[in-house]
Amino acid sequence: MMPMLEVKNIETYYGAVQALRGISFDVNEGEIVTLIGSNGAGKSTTLKSISGLAKVKTGSIFYKDKEISNRPPHETTLLGIAHVPEGRRIFGNLTVKENLLMGAFSVKGKQVIEERMEFVFGHFPRLKERLSQKGGTMSGGEQQMLAIGRALMMNPDVLMLDEPSMGLAPIIVEQIFEIILQLNKMGITILLVEQNAYQALSIAHRGYVIQNGSIVLSGKGTELIENDEIKEAYLA
Amino acid sequence: MLLEMFQTLPQVLIDGLTLGAVYAVVALGYTMVYGILQLINFAHGEIFMTGAFIGTALFIMIMGWGSAIPQILLLIIVLVITASITGFIGVGMERIAYRPLRNAPRLIPLITAIGISFVLQDVIRFIAELTSGNYIVTGPSLFSENINLKTSAISSVFNDASFKTSFLIVLTVAILLMITLDFFVNRTKWGTAMRAVALDRETAALMSINVNKVISITFFIGSALGGATGVLFALQYGTIDPYIGFILGLKAFIAAVLGGIGNIRGAMLGGIMLGVMEMFAAANLSLLTGGIFGAEYKDVFAFAILILVLIFKPEGLLGKPTAEKV
Repeated sequence: MMPMLEVKNIETYYGAVQALRGISFDVNEGEIVTLIGSNGAGKSTTLKSISGLAKVKTGSIFYKDKEISNRPPHETTLLGIAHVPEGRRIFGNLTVKENLLMGAFSVKGKQVIEERMEFVFGHFPRLKERLSQKGGTMSGGEQQMLAIGRALMMNPDVLMLDEPSMGLAPIIVEQIFEIILQLNKMGITILLVEQNAYQALSIAHRGYVIQNGSIVLSGKGTELIENDEIKEAYLA
Repeated sequence: MLLEMFQTLPQVLIDGLTLGAVYAVVALGYTMVYGILQLINFAHGEIFMTGAFIGTALFIMIMGWGSAIPQILLLIIVLVITASITGFIGVGMERIAYRPLRNAPRLIPLITAIGISFVLQDVIRFIAELTSGNYIVTGPSLFSENINLKTSAISSVFNDASFKTSFLIVLTVAILLMITLDFFVNRTKWGTAMRAVALDRETAALMSINVNKVISITFFIGSALGGATGVLFALQYGTIDPYIGFILGLKAFIAAVLGGIGNIRGAMLGGIMLGVMEMFAAANLSLLTGGIFGAEYKDVFAFAILILVLIFKPEGLLGKPTAEKV
């Protein structure tokens, strides 16, 4: 079976600085795949390269057998790849409802939008209570829920999450990861970037370790948790 | 002295509201573009001027075909055509001059904007001289009936106010434009997308929003409003030249800063306030200063307001103070 998302040897630069030095990995339909690594290793850049926020210099990215490298982000999202950026990036001055509607920007039909909103409320009932509140006035955990909910409004096939646990209390992180698992069980493929390696690996089918813009290790989630190098570097 | 100020108040309010409405609509163009690109589009005043010329040309042309058209219909036709043309000029300006500089340091597009101002001034001057032999153009006189408002009937303190019908037209059209824009920005999908792009361009792109399209729409709307206001200005004052956009553009920019640049309702408020204050100054400065400063100092008054706002409330009346991003 062809992988759903295949990244082949990509190199990405910020100006003259090389952030990715030939990254390759793949994600199969229905999987949870996690990219772990320390700060500045290139995890976020990898997601940005896939969604089109960062320009790939060499290498290629395939999604459902189509080359999608360097497509603008508003096109990759239309293909079914949703990217929840690092730091949540809620539209702070927009209400919760408006934020969700922006997620459904390209969706036609009021009925469909309503249904998806109900679907989001099913996972995040808190959002329903706060529909007319400004996004920026919510707590970090609620904002993360809104960021994921907003991405779900696109009805994505692949959900890319960048550090969803960042800055959140452990109990909230627990909830978020539980929801990620649920979404995966419903058929959404997940690509998860995390510094919180233990938590990420424990829900992931497979994982890749990124260091200095290259992949240095890969394997099943359960195997990587047991790996001594990883234990020392990321799980200590 | 107070009595004299009260006597002129109705006239000051009417003149001030009309002038303020013009400032406000032009200020919207500055504030919308700033909100979305953090660019001060100094060429916006010239878009206003271009609108005044296109409008005047259209008035002359259409009235030359036959005067059977009712004035109000004529005005609507001219407004729509002019707004569309200046809207597209704005879009073209962004596409050619600003988009290639999107990631350049902010000073560079600012200089480009000043350059575009000169280009527009000279192109319009060239065309005007070519077609009419003079770059100062006088349009037909429309809506010139006088209306007398018996404000003295309300209270004997006030004098009567009088104005041309065109004042009423200018005020009405400007207010309609503002209400429509406010509705568009706050209640429609594309308006919300515009606010989203202004807040966070990258994340907006991740919502399948075509950011370039939103920016083009912003320029279109801002420039269409600017052009339409140019038509209103020409209607009200009759005589125009290619340099009217400079000082009016500056005033509208002040209005935008006064209200909090980037804030749409702020621009409306700032414009109206500036117009009323300026007219108040024009009517009462010589009275207040015992004849030392006359009405011709009203511009100084406007710029003094800008300086005061920048000193005491740099974020503007409705703007929110923002921490400098590190």
